[in-house]
Amino acid sequence: MKKKEETFFQLISQKPWEASQAKLDNKHDGKTLKLSREKIGVRTIMVVSTVIFSFFVVAYADRMLIHDWKNMPEPWLLWINTCILMITSYFFHKTKIASDRSENVKVKNGLFTVGFLSFTFIFGQMLVWYQLLNLGYFAASNVANAFFYMLTTIHGLHLLGGLIFWGLTTSKFLKGNYRISKMQRSIELCAIYWHFLLIVWFVLFGLMLFT
Amino acid sequence: MPDEFGYKIEAKVDMAASGTSVPPIDYVPVAERPEQELYHSKSWWTTYVFSQDAKYIGIQYTCVATAIALVGLTLSLLMRIQLAFPNLSLLDASVYYQFITMHGMIMVVFFLTALFLGGFGNLLIPLMCGARDMVFPYVNMLSFWVFVLAVLVLVASFFVPGGPTGAGWTLYPPQAITAGTPGNLWGIVLMLVSLVLFVVGFTMGGLNYVITVLQARTRGMTLMRLPLSIWGIFVATILALLAFPALLVGGIMLLLDAVFGTSFFMPASVSMGELLQTEGGSPILFQHLFWFFGHPEVYIVALPAFGIVSDLISVHARKNIFGYRMMVWALVIIGALSFIVWAHHMYVAGMNPWFGYFFATTTLIIAVPTAIKVYNWVLTLWRGNIHLTVPMLFTLGFIITFLNGGLTGLFLGNVVIDVPLSDTYFVVAHFHMVMGIAPVLVVFGAVYHWFPLVTGRMLDQGLGKLHFWITFVGAYMIYTPMYYQGFLGVPRRYFEMYESSYISTVGLNVFITLSALVVGLAQIIFFYNVIRSVLKGEKAEKNPWKANSLEWQTPKMPPEHGNWGEKLPVVYRWPYDFSVPGVDKEHIPQNVSPSEVAGAKVEKT
Repeated sequence: MKKKEETFFQLISQKPWEASQAKLDNKHDGKTLKLSREKIGVRTIMVVSTVIFSFFVVAYADRMLIHDWKNMPEPWLLWINTCILMITSYFFHKTKIASDRSENVKVKNGLFTVGFLSFTFIFGQMLVWYQLLNLGYFAASNVANAFFYMLTTIHGLHLLGGLIFWGLTTSKFLKGNYRISKMQRSIELCAIYWHFLLIVWFVLFGLMLFT
Repeated sequence: MPDEFGYKIEAKVDMAASGTSVPPIDYVPVAERPEQELYHSKSWWTTYVFSQDAKYIGIQYTCVATAIALVGLTLSLLMRIQLAFPNLSLLDASVYYQFITMHGMIMVVFFLTALFLGGFGNLLIPLMCGARDMVFPYVNMLSFWVFVLAVLVLVASFFVPGGPTGAGWTLYPPQAITAGTPGNLWGIVLMLVSLVLFVVGFTMGGLNYVITVLQARTRGMTLMRLPLSIWGIFVATILALLAFPALLVGGIMLLLDAVFGTSFFMPASVSMGELLQTEGGSPILFQHLFWFFGHPEVYIVALPAFGIVSDLISVHARKNIFGYRMMVWALVIIGALSFIVWAHHMYVAGMNPWFGYFFATTTLIIAVPTAIKVYNWVLTLWRGNIHLTVPMLFTLGFIITFLNGGLTGLFLGNVVIDVPLSDTYFVVAHFHMVMGIAPVLVVFGAVYHWFPLVTGRMLDQGLGKLHFWITFVGAYMIYTPMYYQGFLGVPRRYFEMYESSYISTVGLNVFITLSALVVGLAQIIFFYNVIRSVLKGEKAEKNPWKANSLEWQTPKMPPEHGNWGEKLPVVYRWPYDFSVPGVDKEHIPQNVSPSEVAGAKVEKT
């Protein structure tokens, strides 16, 4: 049953009471989008997160116009953390490809590498915090510092949330108690989420770098 | 045929009207997708406490939201007594402000939002879409318990040193977190934590509502065959998913200002003669964030109410809804417009006046789709077979109340009229009519309508009518004088008002308070009716209101776990086939196949 994708406007101009439309409607299988529910779920979460980060960016842009704003330095460690996050994303992509080909050893190694690198990233971020606090950049002393601590925390919390799902997927994979298609789906969705967080980090890091 | 993930799909032949003797007119091709695996609870805890059944979660949401609403109601009655009899000195200024704040936040967020989306959403979405449950039942259960946690944190703020916050439900900084405002140390922190929890919990629920409506409907149920209740809840959920982040962001930043002394929103200020450490913060930024959430919030409550009213009016007037498509369009347009009107709450906040022009214009434009809805409800009644049942009475009450609440909104939407009225009781009357009384009337109508579905018993109609008339007439006795007070210039937010030489409203205040007490106490009738009916109410027949939508077509009423027994229903029509010409039946439920109603003619709509 192939049917043409309708635009939203075509959809809401249907006349469900007419006989010709009823014939079409009776064949409808009740799904609006040709996507799995998990995929739509992850996309919805990404949309909501994007909205959240957008508000933070708007608040940042509005607040930095006020004269008391004092830029804070970007420690070189942040560049290393950014690289770690990029490498994580790269490995997740490799893992996804391996899982599509059902190469189990590669998938296992890939999942472990990704987890290790993600925790390293979070540890690295905390190290940056430690450095900055030692240098006297407290959240209360200037709002630019406060934004830095807040944005890194929110980003880190998103990563931790992703790591919960990474943990669930990995433990299922190790127990061997899974359907291949379902495992591929989980790994794919985790990978998408990790790429999303990388992009978010680019935006946040860029924002702090260029202001 | 494999799906996008290479699933092997066993065709569910039984979902389509199976067997050999299917008339060709009823034939639908076999389903392409497997049915959802249904979760079955194994212990007492997972059945009755941490239930994953959406119907049950809906009832849990309703009970918790109603319980906290009773707290909100009590607070409002105490405030009314204080206003009418200031000589009693029942509440001092701090307590009065704390009660205002808690009353507002409880009613708007923890009662109405939770009840319409959490309560009615969970109950109705799977049943009306023909699904066995929500798509992520575990997340749905988590959503409810995070909501409970949020309510507990909110209630806890009554018991901390300093009491709950008294910053007003809008929580504007800087006064929300500076000395002099009640609850500026503990109360505000608990309030913000509670709101953050609420948003997190809601997002988990909202994910379920949206994806269930989009992806888990039964066969033949296109989006345009959905009852308007589901459309209302669906659009409102999307609004909430996009608007609550603004509250979350504002809340987190205010929390940091309160706890860590950052200055996101805190300007340089002197408090109690001492210069605070904060500087440069922008209080108006918080107002923008708050109202970017706050205005869609009005429609997060109103759109489900619109949807439910459309269904109730159609069923109880035995007539198809006038302009179904226009109703859907209006819901979508109102939803979209609601994101570009927020600053009409901030005309007196010191914005650039040109800004006000823009927001006044968009605000008035929103009246167009809203008026379309009101016309369509009225036209649905025209030449209908109106049954003045209790749900219908509440529905009619809603239309009138929403109409005059909305019309007064036109005044407040204009900058020049809003400026003098903004700080008066006119605003209080306006938003209580439009956002308090109107949705609550829908809630009552919906409870009387769907009570048999949940319990299998009818609510008493006589008591229901008594409850309706006292509530409805009483509400007008409360708020009509408030409009008048507003025109006179009686200021809101004052905790005691005596006679003055130019405004004398003490008598009116006593009248309003007595009306409020009567209406408040009249709710006892409702709760008595509910408890009595649950225990020994008249047993309801199946589909007692002769409705067409799927929730009444389950094999058993009340529906069991999994809703539909062996086979999922197959949908052949929209839910508004009342008095179709050429058919003996007075109404045709959505799952009646075309061969059973062979002579049906297309009804003009």
